[in-house]
Amino acid sequence: MTIRHQSAFDTLSAYSKRNLWSGALFGIGLAAFIDEAVFHQLLHWHHFYDKSTTDIGLISDGLFHAFSWFTTIGGLFMLADLRRRNVYWGMKWWAGKLIGGGSFQLYDGTIQHKLMRIHQIRYVDNVIVYDIVWNVIAVIMIVVGLILVARARKHTYARNAVSHDHE
Amino acid sequence: MSLVQESILMQEMPFHMIMNSLMSHDEHIPSKGMYDHDITSIIPQIILALPFVMVLVLYIVAVAATNRKYKRWPSIRTACWVTGCLLAIGSVIGPLAEQGFVDFRAHMVGHLLLGMLAPMLIALAAPLTLLLRSLSVPLARRLAALLRSRLAQWLTHPIITALLNIGGLWYLYTTNLYILMHEHTVLHIFIHAHVFIAGYLFTVSIIYIDPMSHRTSYFTRAIILIVALAAHGILSKIIYAFPPTGVPADQAERGGMLMYYGGDLIDILLIFILCLQWYRAARPRLNKKAKEFSHP
Repeated sequence: MTIRHQSAFDTLSAYSKRNLWSGALFGIGLAAFIDEAVFHQLLHWHHFYDKSTTDIGLISDGLFHAFSWFTTIGGLFMLADLRRRNVYWGMKWWAGKLIGGGSFQLYDGTIQHKLMRIHQIRYVDNVIVYDIVWNVIAVIMIVVGLILVARARKHTYARNAVSHDHE
Repeated sequence: MSLVQESILMQEMPFHMIMNSLMSHDEHIPSKGMYDHDITSIIPQIILALPFVMVLVLYIVAVAATNRKYKRWPSIRTACWVTGCLLAIGSVIGPLAEQGFVDFRAHMVGHLLLGMLAPMLIALAAPLTLLLRSLSVPLARRLAALLRSRLAQWLTHPIITALLNIGGLWYLYTTNLYILMHEHTVLHIFIHAHVFIAGYLFTVSIIYIDPMSHRTSYFTRAIILIVALAAHGILSKIIYAFPPTGVPADQAERGGMLMYYGGDLIDILLIFILCLQWYRAARPRLNKKAKEFSHP
């Protein structure tokens, strides 16, 4: 019984990184999707093209736009793969999702909007307020994600200790 | 060099020709000076449409003929083929093709159909598999050898096909090739044929439906697809911001957005199929150890 438990646990930790990656990729995709669907299409806050966009901003935006479509779909297929192998680990997956989504939003909110000037969050006078809210939410997502990773690791050690006791 | 400078340098057209074309666009009637008569006549449209009509019929004949000898050919493939061919035909002949001469938005819709959607549907119909089972054994062997040849390997390598596809579009919309295309019949036919063939080769180099003897990894294809889609999106925004010679700004804006979001829609399908193929190929197989566990 202990042996079976141990082997099942080993496969789970072997797939632990893939849970994190699947979540992170999907998180990037979801953040970009919300950006496109809500801020571009529904609210019309973001503009399709801003005349002050730098060349590098145009390239960065294009690459991330394409990459995020791929990660949304690829991340979900990875999740389906984890589930059919019975190695889905919710805490790791959500940690990845928050870190991925938060990182993309932070990159978008600082480098792409401000440095590369692809477009602003909203075309109003006090855009700084929007920038702060946008980036603070991004940082919170990353921090919560990191806390979840740490908790998952603690969980691993605890379970490792338990299984060693059994031996 | 900034994009603005580049686009200015690219405009080597004499000023009066640009003005002429702008005016004719505004009136939505091609002026005599701009387009020679044979380009808007039916002949070039028929030259472009006829191959599609022919293969459309040939495919159906081949399905009917081989169904008697082998397992029934899936009707979904026939449906893909018919839809793909009809979309391609609709983009090179008839009202959409004619509107494409004077309206950049119509031109862009036609190109999305001819260069992306029709090639994908046609690739999904597995025409080479059907051809292989329609031919006699010696002929099929020769075709299989041809598909394994060095030339075929080159022409279906994703890096080559991405360059053919995106490079061709880049050249078309950032130089005065776009306006030249509307003046010279041969160029018009060549570019439209290129758009379709490059689109088809790109699709079959990314998703494998027909037999492919030289495969590249899922990872490589994923990276190339992302870069190609990114280049497509960037070019759409360049068209939006810096209209090709002879295209009015409002049409370039609508056309650029059509290209951007239309390209997204079709590429999402391509990404989905690529991921699905990975998902199927990566399915866990029962190994020896697991079998021992389940049947002690």
